[in-house]
Amino acid sequence: MSTFPWLLALLVVPLIGAAIVMFLPKNSPALAKQFGLLVSLIVFALTVGMALQFVTAQAADFQFTYSFSWIPAFGVNFALGVDGIALVLIAMAACLVPVVMLAGWNDVDGSQGSVRGYVALILVLEAAIVGVFAATDLFLFYVFFEAMLVPVYFLIGRYGGPRRNYAAVKFLLYSLFGGLLMLASLIGLYVVSARITGVGTFDFTALANLNIDPDTQKWLFLGFFIAFAIKAPLVPFHTWLPDAAAESTPGTAVLLVGVLDKVGTFGMLRYCLELFPDASRWATPVVIALAVVGIIYGALVAIGQSDIKRLIAYTSVSHFGFIALGIFVMTTRGQSGSALYMVNHGFSTAALFLIAGFLISRRGSRLIEDFGGVQKVAPILAGTFLVAGLSSLALPGLSSFVSEFLVLVGTFERYRWIGVVATLGIVLAALYILLMYQRTMTGPTPDEVGERVTDLRGREVLAVAPILVIIVVLGFYPKPVLDVINPAIDRVMHAVNASDPAPEVAPVAEGTQP
Amino acid sequence: MSSLLAAASFETPTIEYDQLAPIIIIFGVAVVSLLVEAFAPRQWRRVIQLILVFTGLAASFAAVVMIRGTQHIAAMGSVAVDGPTLFMQGSILVLAFIAALVMAERQVDPLGDAFAPRASALPGSSDELAFTQLGWLQTEVWPLFLFSVGGMLLFPASSDLLTMFVALEVLSLPLYIMAGLARRRRLLSQEAALKYFVLGAFSSAFFLYGMALFYGYAGSVDLSAISDALTANAGSMWLVVTATALVSVGLLFKIGAVPFHQWTPDVYQGSPTPITGFMAACTKVAAFGALLRIMYVALGGIRWDWRPMMYVIAALTMIVGTLFALTQTDIKRMLAYSSIAQAGFMLVGVIATNQAGLSGTMVYLVAYGIATIGAFAIVTLVRDSTGEASHLSQWAGLGRKAPIVASAFALFLLAFAGIPLTSGFTGKFAVFTAGIAGGATPVVIIGLIASAVAAFFYIRVIVLMFFNEPSSDDSVSVVVPSGFTTLAITISVGLTLVIGLVPQLILNLANQAGLFIR
Repeated sequence: MSTFPWLLALLVVPLIGAAIVMFLPKNSPALAKQFGLLVSLIVFALTVGMALQFVTAQAADFQFTYSFSWIPAFGVNFALGVDGIALVLIAMAACLVPVVMLAGWNDVDGSQGSVRGYVALILVLEAAIVGVFAATDLFLFYVFFEAMLVPVYFLIGRYGGPRRNYAAVKFLLYSLFGGLLMLASLIGLYVVSARITGVGTFDFTALANLNIDPDTQKWLFLGFFIAFAIKAPLVPFHTWLPDAAAESTPGTAVLLVGVLDKVGTFGMLRYCLELFPDASRWATPVVIALAVVGIIYGALVAIGQSDIKRLIAYTSVSHFGFIALGIFVMTTRGQSGSALYMVNHGFSTAALFLIAGFLISRRGSRLIEDFGGVQKVAPILAGTFLVAGLSSLALPGLSSFVSEFLVLVGTFERYRWIGVVATLGIVLAALYILLMYQRTMTGPTPDEVGERVTDLRGREVLAVAPILVIIVVLGFYPKPVLDVINPAIDRVMHAVNASDPAPEVAPVAEGTQP
Repeated sequence: MSSLLAAASFETPTIEYDQLAPIIIIFGVAVVSLLVEAFAPRQWRRVIQLILVFTGLAASFAAVVMIRGTQHIAAMGSVAVDGPTLFMQGSILVLAFIAALVMAERQVDPLGDAFAPRASALPGSSDELAFTQLGWLQTEVWPLFLFSVGGMLLFPASSDLLTMFVALEVLSLPLYIMAGLARRRRLLSQEAALKYFVLGAFSSAFFLYGMALFYGYAGSVDLSAISDALTANAGSMWLVVTATALVSVGLLFKIGAVPFHQWTPDVYQGSPTPITGFMAACTKVAAFGALLRIMYVALGGIRWDWRPMMYVIAALTMIVGTLFALTQTDIKRMLAYSSIAQAGFMLVGVIATNQAGLSGTMVYLVAYGIATIGAFAIVTLVRDSTGEASHLSQWAGLGRKAPIVASAFALFLLAFAGIPLTSGFTGKFAVFTAGIAGGATPVVIIGLIASAVAAFFYIRVIVLMFFNEPSSDDSVSVVVPSGFTTLAITISVGLTLVIGLVPQLILNLANQAGLFIR
């Protein structure tokens, strides 16, 4: 394996890019955007380079590790490293950032904040995202977890819609509250590690090997879990998401819902389960209940929405329910389905938000009732929107299907009736997506729509085409991603001391009568 | 030399001039500065005073650096020169240096500097107008400042209660006067001075009474003698508990802990803003130093008796400071309540009663002090025609009028809120870790919840500055300061970031400081 510090480069390049953007001339916003796109493409290229070097056979171990002592007084190392799950999530983020830049080319031109500020904030956010997925030191993870908030807060609060202030503050307070609970647990974990081994540490692997007594685990688990449940978000911690997603620009919404919120489910999978196995098993019934409620509730509320962006936000609440369900059913299939779902949901939600954003900016309204018959005036827009929607409702052949199916199979293996109830979510998903499509794209075309809604331009097609290609490819051939994810899932399963339930019916040899 | 002295019929007191050099330099310069006021011609005074103050502070700091590593109780058992003392003295000197830069500013106010030209002139009288028109500057503030700094250097070093009391008075009396020296809104300033003086005098009396009871119990005012007496379990426990409570009241008053915080908002609001920054930062370092020394050295043996009391006070201080800060509409009052809440967080380190608690509190003090001086320095820059525009609504849209100043202020607010990568997080983390290790988990959890609530009002100001439309009141503007304030703010921003990004430097210093000697 090469010694090039890939992860550090992924972290530093966007930061340097952001710094340079701020020094570009103020009066040429196009230059800032071009430069930003260039930097994000460099990051993407680096990610591809790193992914090619990744050794799939050892995907359970942290690779490309890089570490130096940062605050020895607290036992903190600046330690980076990725396992299979972190790798695919970083790859997803690196893929979405250039797409977002390109798709949102003109989104911030008329807003109060400067264009170069917008570009710089997105690049800073990209660095923080890489950091949060790549940190193998819990302190560092926490720092990135909190640092992530700052750019998002400004992205919503400066460049968002009419109620952006409210949305930005609500987002920040929810996240900050969760973050502080996590900080309490983090400090507690540090003290516990100092008590057990004599030396306090934040190193993930060392902490995962501690035998913490189950009662302490429960308290520490709660701090982490609530922080992640707010971030993910699970019902009942979800109310900030529709506001934040609806008030931000489409690009911010993609990064927020598609990438940032994955930190929550990623955290549950890596930190909650591996650090606090006993407590995780203890909490399983409650988490599964919350997840199932989220699946059904998110879908029902989505059906009732009149605002396109809020609708997409609520579909994500439902999908995050699936992800959390897959993680906590403690089966290999459920968890690898969840990990894959994180990636797929990122792409399908990105496509939905971006195309909805194109539609909304043309018509100047977010309300479903203001649209109709778009497919006659803008067939490409309507077509791509349909594909994105079908991916979101998990149509076989598109990527989300694979992951949703795995989660449901994994659930069914252990909790049959929960699996049955969760499957209802798929039916409801068809309702909310198809109803929205029907109301906006089909039927008679109102005059305002006919006049204002034009079809996608070259830049916009260029932005969404890669996402749709990925959705289709991963729908037919998810193996490369699953191969990278599965070893890490085995590590998690081993850590929580869970094994898959034995099949109840013995496999039957082919060609024989049972 | 000591053997020669021992031959004499009585023991001559030994004074370790080298170890006391930081304190002696400051007091010496203060006396010279006083003489300058008396003899130097008016037009030269400001320049001479500034040279004296800055070289004095630098020389004293150099002396602290030279005697690092000393572990000795100097001046016949009165002044403990040990790691924590030197750390706090160094911190106070650095903070005082930055504060002095802000005090030296005279470009932001078209009438002159922040201080009344003649404190004795009645507010609104023709005398006042005449002095203003003459362009006279108040330079008596500099000797007062130096005496106060001298007292602060001695306060955390005091090894007996009597020295501590003298230091307390030496640091407080000049502060009472300086609080009343504001050039603008003089009635408010004088009211603040009087309030501070009356309440301060009360708290000194409490301290004195507690000291008397300690003497009654231990037969000595020496901190280690009190500790020994407690170990020997010499007398009535009630005497000790009452004495502890009374002495604590005196110190908690200076810290601004609930329920002894009532003076803080009024005094912070009324005082000239550069003085507010100075006293909020430096007094807190000195007072926490003294509190830590008493609690760890003299009363460490009965910590199970005083810890419950401190639990309640710390929790109350965090909760009350945070909740009242939420409702403030004046930026200086908001910062005052925020400093009360911050004192509560630091008390968690005192409660921990371990080495980590001591070093954590010291780090927190430095982080807090730097951000505080920086924040108040920025308050002096936002002005309308009547002086500082301190109402929060006047700060709306500041991010567009003056992005750099607003960003610096936002950084200080984030540091107060304890956001990672700022100095405040380092401090909070150190203190809370020590708190949990010291068994004070419930207080730490209250502290974290209070932090979350506190973040709300800090962030509200950021929202106001960056996301809101500028106020219709066009008279509010951010003035461009001279090099003094610019340097002060630059240093504060730099240190806030350095302590946040590379905390190891200061953590090492604090950890090497070790424990108090006894």
